[in-house]
Amino acid sequence: MTAAAGDSVMNGSTGNGSAANDRADRRPLLTVEHLTMRFGGLVAIDDVSFRAEDRKITAIIGPNGAGKTTVFNCLTGFYKPTVGRLTLQREGRMPAYLERMEGFRIASEARVARTFQNIRLFPKMTLLENLVVAQHNKLMRASGYTVRGLFGFGYGREEQKAVEQARYWLEQIGLVDRADDDADSLPYGDQRRLEIARAMCTEPVLLCLDEPAAGLNPRESADLNALLTFIRNEHRIGILLIEHDMSVVMQISDHIVVLDYGRKISDGDPEFVRQDPAVIRAYLGEEEEEDLPDIVRQDLSADGAGGGGDRP
Amino acid sequence: MYHVAYFLDQLINGVTLGAIYGLVAIGYTMVYGIIGMINFAHGEIFMIASFVSLIVFLLLGLAGGVWLPLAILIVLLAAMLFTAVYGWTLERVAYRRLRASPRLAALITAIGMSIFLQNYVQLLQGARNKPLPPQITGGVEVVNTTNQAGQAYAVSLSYLQMLIIVLTIVLMVVFTVLITRTALGRAQRACEQDRSMAALLGINVDRTIALTFVMGASLAAVAGLIFMLRYGATDFFVGFLTGLKAFTAAVLGGIGSLPGAMLGGLLIGLIEVFFAGYFNLEYKDVATFTVLVLVLIFRPTGLLGKPDIEKV
Amino acid sequence: MAVNIPPADRKGVLIELGGTALVVFALTVSLVGFHIKDISGGITLDLRFVDVASAVAIAIVVRGWLILMRHGHYRIVTVSAAAVAVLLIVSLLFGGAGVQTWLPFKAKLLQWLLAILSAGFAVGSAVRMAREGRPAGSAQDGAVPDEQAALMDRVSAQVQRNALWIGAILFLAAAVFPFMPGVNLQYLDIAVLVLTYIMLGWGLNIVVGLAGLLDLGYVAFYAVGAYSFALFASPDSPLLQDLGWTEGVSFWLCLPFAGLMAALAGVALGFPVLRLRGDYLAIVTLGFGEMIRVTLLNFYSLTKGPDGISNIPPPSLLGYSTQSKMDEETLENTTEFHTAMGWEFDQADTTILLYFVILAMALATNFFTVRVRKLPVGRAWEALREDEIACRSLGINPTNTKLTAFGFGAMFGGFAGSFFATRQTFVSPESFTFIESAVILAIVVLGGFGSQIGVVVAAFLLIGLPEIFRELQEYRMLFFGGSMVLIMLWRPAGLLAHREPTIRMHGRRARASTGSGG
Repeated sequence: MTAAAGDSVMNGSTGNGSAANDRADRRPLLTVEHLTMRFGGLVAIDDVSFRAEDRKITAIIGPNGAGKTTVFNCLTGFYKPTVGRLTLQREGRMPAYLERMEGFRIASEARVARTFQNIRLFPKMTLLENLVVAQHNKLMRASGYTVRGLFGFGYGREEQKAVEQARYWLEQIGLVDRADDDADSLPYGDQRRLEIARAMCTEPVLLCLDEPAAGLNPRESADLNALLTFIRNEHRIGILLIEHDMSVVMQISDHIVVLDYGRKISDGDPEFVRQDPAVIRAYLGEEEEEDLPDIVRQDLSADGAGGGGDRP
Repeated sequence: MYHVAYFLDQLINGVTLGAIYGLVAIGYTMVYGIIGMINFAHGEIFMIASFVSLIVFLLLGLAGGVWLPLAILIVLLAAMLFTAVYGWTLERVAYRRLRASPRLAALITAIGMSIFLQNYVQLLQGARNKPLPPQITGGVEVVNTTNQAGQAYAVSLSYLQMLIIVLTIVLMVVFTVLITRTALGRAQRACEQDRSMAALLGINVDRTIALTFVMGASLAAVAGLIFMLRYGATDFFVGFLTGLKAFTAAVLGGIGSLPGAMLGGLLIGLIEVFFAGYFNLEYKDVATFTVLVLVLIFRPTGLLGKPDIEKV
Repeated sequence: MAVNIPPADRKGVLIELGGTALVVFALTVSLVGFHIKDISGGITLDLRFVDVASAVAIAIVVRGWLILMRHGHYRIVTVSAAAVAVLLIVSLLFGGAGVQTWLPFKAKLLQWLLAILSAGFAVGSAVRMAREGRPAGSAQDGAVPDEQAALMDRVSAQVQRNALWIGAILFLAAAVFPFMPGVNLQYLDIAVLVLTYIMLGWGLNIVVGLAGLLDLGYVAFYAVGAYSFALFASPDSPLLQDLGWTEGVSFWLCLPFAGLMAALAGVALGFPVLRLRGDYLAIVTLGFGEMIRVTLLNFYSLTKGPDGISNIPPPSLLGYSTQSKMDEETLENTTEFHTAMGWEFDQADTTILLYFVILAMALATNFFTVRVRKLPVGRAWEALREDEIACRSLGINPTNTKLTAFGFGAMFGGFAGSFFATRQTFVSPESFTFIESAVILAIVVLGGFGSQIGVVVAAFLLIGLPEIFRELQEYRMLFFGGSMVLIMLWRPAGLLAHREPTIRMHGRRARASTGSGG
């Protein structure tokens, strides 16, 4: 910790006193450097570096098995990377080195929230409870680590605030009416959005979404786009996104990182990535166009502007 | 010389005890491998086997002198048959409907079955310890020396112990062939990997699982017979501790691994005997449980188990 | 009313019946058919083939009823089952000793169970017949178990929502119980025991029901509590003798101490193992329970091993002792409560005092559990039970959260242990075997995970009834094991399991509009 702590202090002072938020020389919110993850002999991620900016949506795309979810798991502490540095800039504080932090601290202290590829709600708890649990650490302090809360001193007000926060997010995803229903009674698309709302209740600076559009129909997919754009614009946080649905990726991403076989093969804005021969090769292989997966062909022809609805 | 002899004596005892644990452990490991549950009642199956062996021995005794090897064979087959029916019924009545339930529900059911079977036997046969006079006597003297007090101290490998070791090795070979070479073994391994896929490919999953229980129970039956011959007494409670230690053996060897179960059994038998012989007889069970706790904390996959990467 | 089974099915039915008979025969022939009897100088075998034959016959009849019901022949089942039930009940009630010659099995309880089973078949079949509106026909009865489950769900939900009322009534009943006519010392004693188990059940319910951690070694904390209490409260304790104290420490000091020690033990044992996955955790806690018991058994200088620690006094009241028989020397230094009040000593008064103390403690436990569920830590326990990985991603520290659950659960176990020690006036390792953990678990499972009232009901059923009806004692554990299996098969969350949300946005009214939720 000591060697790194030295320059982190300096970094911290740059971020300090940042009332002027739009400073041009801002450091990126998240810097991933030389990230490598090996499982035994298998190299899942091989020396990947990229950045994700504040108030930008950064998408990580790539064919199946490219190592996208592994990147997320390293970022959010579920795996310890074999090599690499994951730096998160924090306003007014020293940057956080995510690769050294325990999983739950990445959420509670570095304020990186995530969702999961196969939804992980608390199925037998209500929507409201799901969102209140997400505010656990704040409420723990308010309840005097249970001691004070047992007798109810001053805890009620804090809980009310937590409920208001939950109501705000339920309004954003249009599920206020169902606040008292169990989470597993929701349809699939709503569960996806509830998971995002729950992540937002932790008040993150970086939101990591693992295939949020998977399994959504075109209308739900469009709702999702709107929600993510809203979060970026109104809550001014960084979003990191793994997605296969190109209509989502091309439409809302500000920046795209392409992985293939654990390596980064392209990195840039959507226009650049779309033209990048390396990307085309990764998706198409060297074959003829007939063999293209649907998703890619449609993406190539739809030139990214079309909504999610216009599938052939 | 005395020390060597003492060591040798412990070694022989440890190996025979380990054979019992190993045979019971295989039942735990196979069931865990195929349906992912701890069959807590497996120790009770072992206990029932010891009772069945005792009853058949007594019957043969009443029928008049049967040539000893033949008698042993008859008891072995009868014990395997009747115990296997208990194993099969256990799966059919209690576990089949719980395959899709959470692990804890299945475990609680297994605990319930264990308590039920213990008390079933206690009610039927009484709580008193049931002795069986030694059936196989004699042996080969290995070392003859004197202990510190100057008394004669002979270490012998009894015919019974030889029989136990040979029987265990033969059974191990037979079962390894069964699992690796036959259609049943392939079906079992397929069910281990993916039950619904196996069913789609035409494997009768129910029957495969039932047969797994039958196999586990027959091996426990052999262990029960060995136990009866070696220790000469049983009661309704012997299954509890033996089961727990055999489970420890399965975990130590790596749950799901057949050679692991045998190796674990051997190690637990040796640990127990050597701890009792060299340190403290009273705390030998504590030693075994300490091994269990340490293995689970530091190497939950056991010695020969496959690593189990947390899927997020 | 001819039996009308399609010819194609007849062979199948025969195979089914034959198979059942064969399996039951194979199951019973060894262990039931032969009884290993102790005789002087060895053992011999007693034959009990009649019982085997009865078991096979009963299995065939029951299977036959099931087959008939599957084919829609409800009337035959109703009539025959009712006839069997009536026959059994009449002969059991009025038949005298003579019926024992022809009734299957010799145990009264089994005969009654058979009667109940037949009656159950008769009723069940009649209900289905009525529901279908016609006596026979092909019926796919998938709906019936669902309806039963739904009924149980509704009952549980009602119980949960009216918990306040039911709780108040239960409390009032408990408060006047010692003064009811006909309540004697024996009943009071049983009531203290039941309350002890209620506390144990509530304590374990925090760990298993709320946090979802299956703790099979809960008895360890019960033991730690009982021994911590006994070691300081009993003048005979080796610890006090080493310290040179001649008198035991007051109940009121020992009680919190025992709770604290148990909680510490919970945290200390929990810390290394709480990261383990559910079923491994269960086995490890079981191992811990056994380790503690073996240690108590062999650490003679502190625990007196199998001899146990005796002479544990009852609680003192306002500084006065409530003990009756004191030796002369002690008597000089202490004043007894009844002497101070000028009352005759009555053993029942001591027990009543103990009863009210434990009732108060139980209420405190209940207050705590109900309250803590609505606090962040309680919600985190439940969230952890639902999905640990999601909890980590929300910044909840899983280890600490589990540790608090373990610690609190253990603390209540420790309190209960103290009451056990005072009630028995004696503790020994024998009382803290795995069976005890299993009994407590059975209470929680039967009552329903997370259901406070369920635990009360289950504790009464599983502890109170066998104590009152001594002849059930022998079958108690058999019944525990069997009911654990049946509950898990039928209602895996427990009999009275129903989860009320800990917090609502719209109040209870609004839920009808959207339906689901329970």
